[in-house]
Amino acid sequence: MSHDPVPERTASPELSHQYEQGRPPSPDRPTPHLAPAAPLPHPLGAPSVRREGREKVTGAARYAAEYTPPGCAYAWPVPATVARGRITALDTAAALALPGVIAVLTHENAPRLASMGDPTLALLQEDRVPHRGWYVALAVADTLEAARDAAEAVHVGYATEPHDVRITADHPGLYVPEEVFGGPGARERGDFDAAFAAAPATVDVAYTVPPLHNHPMEPHAATAQWTDGHLTVHDSSQGATRVCEDLAALFKLGTDEITVVSEHVGGGFGAKGTPRPQVVLAAMAARHTGRPVKLALPRRQLPGVVGHRAPTLHRVRIGAGHDGVITALAHEIVTHTSTVTEFVEQAAIPARMMYTSPHSRTVHRLAALDVPTPSWMRAPGEAPGMYALESALDELAVVLDIDPVELRIRNDPATEPDTGRPFSSRHLVECLRVGAERFGWLPRDPRPAVRRRGDLLLGTGVAAATYPVQISETEAEAHAAADGGYRIRVNATDIGTGARTVLTQIAAAVLGAPEDRVQVDIGSSDLPPAVLAGGSAGTASWGWAVHKACTSLLARLRAHHGPLPAEGITVTEDTRQETAEPSPYARHAFGAVFAEVEVDTRTGEVRVRRLLGQYAAGRILNPRTARSQFVGGMIMGLGMALMEDSALDPVFGDFTACDLAAYHIPACADVPAVEAHWLDEEDPHLNPMGSKGIGEIGIVGTPAAIGNAVWHAIGARLRDLPLTPDRTLAALAAPLT
Amino acid sequence: MAPGEGRPDDTGGPHPVNGRRSELTLTVNGTRHTLTLDHRTTVLDLLREHLGLTGAKKGCDHGQCGACTVLVEGRRANSCLLLAVAHDGRRITTVEGLADGERLHPLQEAFLDRDALQCGYCTPGQICSAVGVLAEAADGFPSLVTPDTARSGAPVALTADEIRERMSGNLCRCGAYPRIVEAVADAAATGAAVTGAGVTGG
Repeated sequence: MSHDPVPERTASPELSHQYEQGRPPSPDRPTPHLAPAAPLPHPLGAPSVRREGREKVTGAARYAAEYTPPGCAYAWPVPATVARGRITALDTAAALALPGVIAVLTHENAPRLASMGDPTLALLQEDRVPHRGWYVALAVADTLEAARDAAEAVHVGYATEPHDVRITADHPGLYVPEEVFGGPGARERGDFDAAFAAAPATVDVAYTVPPLHNHPMEPHAATAQWTDGHLTVHDSSQGATRVCEDLAALFKLGTDEITVVSEHVGGGFGAKGTPRPQVVLAAMAARHTGRPVKLALPRRQLPGVVGHRAPTLHRVRIGAGHDGVITALAHEIVTHTSTVTEFVEQAAIPARMMYTSPHSRTVHRLAALDVPTPSWMRAPGEAPGMYALESALDELAVVLDIDPVELRIRNDPATEPDTGRPFSSRHLVECLRVGAERFGWLPRDPRPAVRRRGDLLLGTGVAAATYPVQISETEAEAHAAADGGYRIRVNATDIGTGARTVLTQIAAAVLGAPEDRVQVDIGSSDLPPAVLAGGSAGTASWGWAVHKACTSLLARLRAHHGPLPAEGITVTEDTRQETAEPSPYARHAFGAVFAEVEVDTRTGEVRVRRLLGQYAAGRILNPRTARSQFVGGMIMGLGMALMEDSALDPVFGDFTACDLAAYHIPACADVPAVEAHWLDEEDPHLNPMGSKGIGEIGIVGTPAAIGNAVWHAIGARLRDLPLTPDRTLAALAAPLT
Repeated sequence: MAPGEGRPDDTGGPHPVNGRRSELTLTVNGTRHTLTLDHRTTVLDLLREHLGLTGAKKGCDHGQCGACTVLVEGRRANSCLLLAVAHDGRRITTVEGLADGERLHPLQEAFLDRDALQCGYCTPGQICSAVGVLAEAADGFPSLVTPDTARSGAPVALTADEIRERMSGNLCRCGAYPRIVEAVADAAATGAAVTGAGVTGG
């Protein structure tokens, strides 16, 4: 790691003093008599500046494609141009004849891979094409230009078969998956049908969310090199431990024969959670050619190979009493997966824990289509699921003529509805009340389509947000050097969250050391193994291991007499036992999102005027980086509400919006004042830091808040995302619904 | 700017080596480089793959995201859309050329102060673009949101709306936009960052 090497032992009285303050005085060593300084601020909760920030603003931070070993070759993949079939002809002669071309890998000559758990990584192993965009060849050349040219020159013949890429609510291939997010694919509590039929107030509504693409700014890239049988790759990944393990399985190597480095990662949002094709292809090409190989996937190819948020078709039915208390709740979703592997967008999960619901039905159904394999995208399940549930709540509020904030408060359950477990902490009601106060929710005229400003119609909306607390086993090493510095080693990944910074804060807090005396090494599989950066679980998982290792180290130091040995003292701890124990508590973060929108009645354009999120997510360890994550999630939610829109072309089987020209994500001018606030939530049932995850909850709730505000503005309920001008114009032209 | 315009007098244009490659000279961050390059090589790939200047990022390679933004003769440009062979003799500034030794450019300082970044991949392009924005505003370039009543050619005040509009060619998937607007406003307020078309790295 390039940042913050352990400084040489310094004669600076100030640093020496901090050192003495950080390290408990040894009984054998007199405490230096220096002037007492002010106590160090508690580093947990301090707005520490991003440790690698300077490297990032100067361009010095290097990402996976920015290593060029001597003799490095360049690769360019060839995607399948049919949606289903078999390769019947491969002609690489023209490609190989081009100047500078080294090789073209296909299923006929590529290194054989062992089969393992993830069939999306069985690349160039057989002639089957399971979906359009599946890689069928890889050109390798001396230069990037030649590799690209060669890829274009590869001729592939196919025997095509009829394909099906359209999911519908009555698709004949639908089935209920056995397991979704640790629970059954479908489950019923009580008697939904009877309770719904008896309910005095009901809604029965359908929503759709289209396929969505993660599109992190850094396209997936890897640089691979074999040196005396050892494979070293720089990979754009959210978790180098998993990449290392999967490469070991594929290439039949020990994990000690592979080094995966993911030092700086240009975003992932789930799309880099597990190994993706680039790292396998780069390693294969490097082995095949005997040269280091760099492979950066072209942006337009990403939707076909790195995963996407699967489209979801929702039916939500809610029955309630006149008092607004829910008696029956059903959330049924239909989605797709690929024929390669099963991935379920777990969108009916939040309905199992969100609201009072004595009679409840939640069902996931999916069909395996000839589509690219879906995967995680920020808040998988919660983002689309809470869009539908929170939109339906708003519709129920209209039916009952109850303020939507108040309706949610009336349905706040005392215990987790499905399990009966107590919540470790649940402050949704406080989020709703405090957020409403900050936003200026009241007074609010509930009538729609009455706030006209010239050609604009204005409206406000609210939605709740939630995300589960997750935690996974991680190992960390803590080292006290003889010179007074500390070094933490853990294979965490900083994908923009500020992981380095917050882990430094955790270590410094435990050790009682100033942050500048703590070096944190992350982003390499040579470090102690850690869970990937995902599921909003990074800080909790890595941080707990760091906390434990530092606590052990501190105990060792306190027991140590005399100067430290030259090699210092090192301890390693893991959280296997802590994370294996199921919690007796239901643990979730909560939030409330408020939006104000304007709809142009001439153009149909929806613009968000204000967005405010109020969260309760345990202790916030670094308000500076946390605010950026909350706000960033909300902005991605704004994109989901208003512009992010892909689809599968039924004729070609391809995504219709593959690049950033066709797939619109929010730009600076789309984003108004966005505020994120949080409660000081104390929760002793989480981890030693008291933190819940914050990386994903921002996207949850925001689309519904915006959609509900659009209803309030124009009086028409748009139930298909995104809320593009064609849809709002059509709604404006129709009678109010 | 048309190819050839602004070329220093001492270069006579790229010298063809064969039908596919030419020798050309560019000044990058004040340093002259003479290279023989494939005609297909973009300025972005020249920087990243030939000069080891990986600050300019490749996000889309199609001029859609702005991550590759550099300054060509002091004006911002998507370097992925520029063929190097057409830029013989040009002066290019990348994010690596903005700091004065250890002293960061005011925009780099402002991005750090405001936490106007997360993953950092769009950041060099955002900062180079912001350098261009400050110069364009100072030079009186209007934007879509500049009032029609503004005096032609007069410096444009960088309101938040002006910054949002002018920075919209640089996508950020982490959603750092509110902080980016604040950072650019901070730098604009100091006035120190406005170096106009004189930002050449030379």
